[in-house]
Amino acid sequence: MELLEFARGPALTFAITVFIAGLTYRVFSLFLMWRTKDSSAGRSRQRSAFMSAIREIIRRLWPQATYKQRTMFELVNGYVFHIGLAIIVFLLAPHIVFIKDLVGLSWPALPNNVIYAISIITIVSLIAALVMRIGNPPQRLISTFDDWFSWIVTFLPVVTGVIATSHLGARYETLLAIHILSVALLLIWIPFGKLMHFFLVFVTRSQTGAHLSHRGAQL
Amino acid sequence: MSDKKTLGEMLTERGVSRRSFLKYASYTASIMALPPTAATAIAQGIAGARRQSVIWLSFQECTGCTESITRAHAPSIEDLIFDFISLDYHHTLMNASGHLAEEAREQAMKDNAGEYIVVVDGSVPLKDDGIYSTIAGITNLQMLEETCKDAFAVIAVGSCATFGGIPGANPNPTGAVPISDIITDKPIINISGCPPIPEAMTGTISYLLAFGAIPELDHLGRPKAFFGEAIHDRCYRRPFYERGMFAKSFDDEGARQGWCLFEVGCKGPVTYNACATLKWNGGVSFPIQSGHGCLGCSEPGFWDMGGFYKPLSTATGDPLKWAGGAAVAGAAIGVASAAMARSKRNKILKEGK
Repeated sequence: MELLEFARGPALTFAITVFIAGLTYRVFSLFLMWRTKDSSAGRSRQRSAFMSAIREIIRRLWPQATYKQRTMFELVNGYVFHIGLAIIVFLLAPHIVFIKDLVGLSWPALPNNVIYAISIITIVSLIAALVMRIGNPPQRLISTFDDWFSWIVTFLPVVTGVIATSHLGARYETLLAIHILSVALLLIWIPFGKLMHFFLVFVTRSQTGAHLSHRGAQL
Repeated sequence: MSDKKTLGEMLTERGVSRRSFLKYASYTASIMALPPTAATAIAQGIAGARRQSVIWLSFQECTGCTESITRAHAPSIEDLIFDFISLDYHHTLMNASGHLAEEAREQAMKDNAGEYIVVVDGSVPLKDDGIYSTIAGITNLQMLEETCKDAFAVIAVGSCATFGGIPGANPNPTGAVPISDIITDKPIINISGCPPIPEAMTGTISYLLAFGAIPELDHLGRPKAFFGEAIHDRCYRRPFYERGMFAKSFDDEGARQGWCLFEVGCKGPVTYNACATLKWNGGVSFPIQSGHGCLGCSEPGFWDMGGFYKPLSTATGDPLKWAGGAAVAGAAIGVASAAMARSKRNKILKEGK
């Protein structure tokens, strides 16, 4: 019980504090960063920078015809674990209770067994993503600590959550504590690694869209 | 004081039929999850045993544990336990008082040295030399150490004796500690609960009498027979948990329909006890069946587990207490790092010119 008390108390408080501090640090340092002024006139623009940004966000939701065959699996797999993670985090009753307690918002939950099935699919999908990364030599070569560690801290909460629900290997309170601690680790890492894309994904795509449009690319 | 006759002889004298006695032995074997053949062993063990001397010490407690073991429902076969033991000292139940009571305790210790069982309910205060609870002029600590010195085994009953309980709850003004913090050289059986289930107490004592040995215990020193499974795993409301059907308050439609009480703070998933199977008051009901979530009373620190009505999956305390400060600090570091980057760049550009 002591480990659970630590996880629910000091560990979560610390993780949430670091998460918030890290998040504001990243956002402020990024948005206030100097930008090289592009003095070129730019190509004949068909659209405004804003519209180009929006188009780029939409365009990147699906692969270009040229790369469709080559990237289809990775794309679909990416959707599977992203949607899976979102469902697990936001539609499992105990998670909703956690969020409600934290910020006061709540919504209907899905049955536990449905979430259980989705968790298994998500785990398989995450493993597939890892196998793709390991199996693809160029991708493996450019992978850094950030890539591997981000995968681990994403994978751990899902797998520990499933183990806790299934009561496998240890007593439930221990498994629940490990699950909460893995979430704390994830929260601490998010602002400082590539997982920050949960916040920045559309910001960076907008920037790319506006930039490419300025250079005259057909988006 | 202990009788020299065997329990079998005594029970026959009192007119307890062999059928009733075997029924009790079978019941004890079954609640302790022993194989059916153990019933015979228990019957033989108890029948052949001498009357066991028991000294019951009550320290920082509420007498709820005694209320539980002597509960007032129709007399049942478990009540026979009082015929099996010689309760030589017990504040609430003994006739003697004052120095006569203390003499009874000392006499029992002398007559049964090395053989008597000490049952303790209540925690022991250690702060300020233990002055917060004294009996007959001596502190609980002194009495416990003195009494346990020649005991065969110690049974801590109730959450105060096993884990500190309510006296030991934050901020623990008397420095209350469980028995296991003080007595380290004797076998200790912890029967936790606030109060413990009567059958868990009588069953454990019967096991000790029949086999002269300690039953199998979990990592917190509790008999596995009663504390081996979580309430949640044996709860009749469990299917609602799996289906995601939860009572949101104590008077909503979900509560009326008997749905799972997880969201109103039930601690069943992390509480190990036999409430969901043995139930209370002769098997009538248990807290969850009566519409209230489990408080987790048989677990260490149950009073400080973040609140009885706070769901188990929520953070305890206030996880956002430093959120504002964290946001400001993060923003300040962000602004500073951006300013430093700009200044560095300007310096390089200037040097370049």
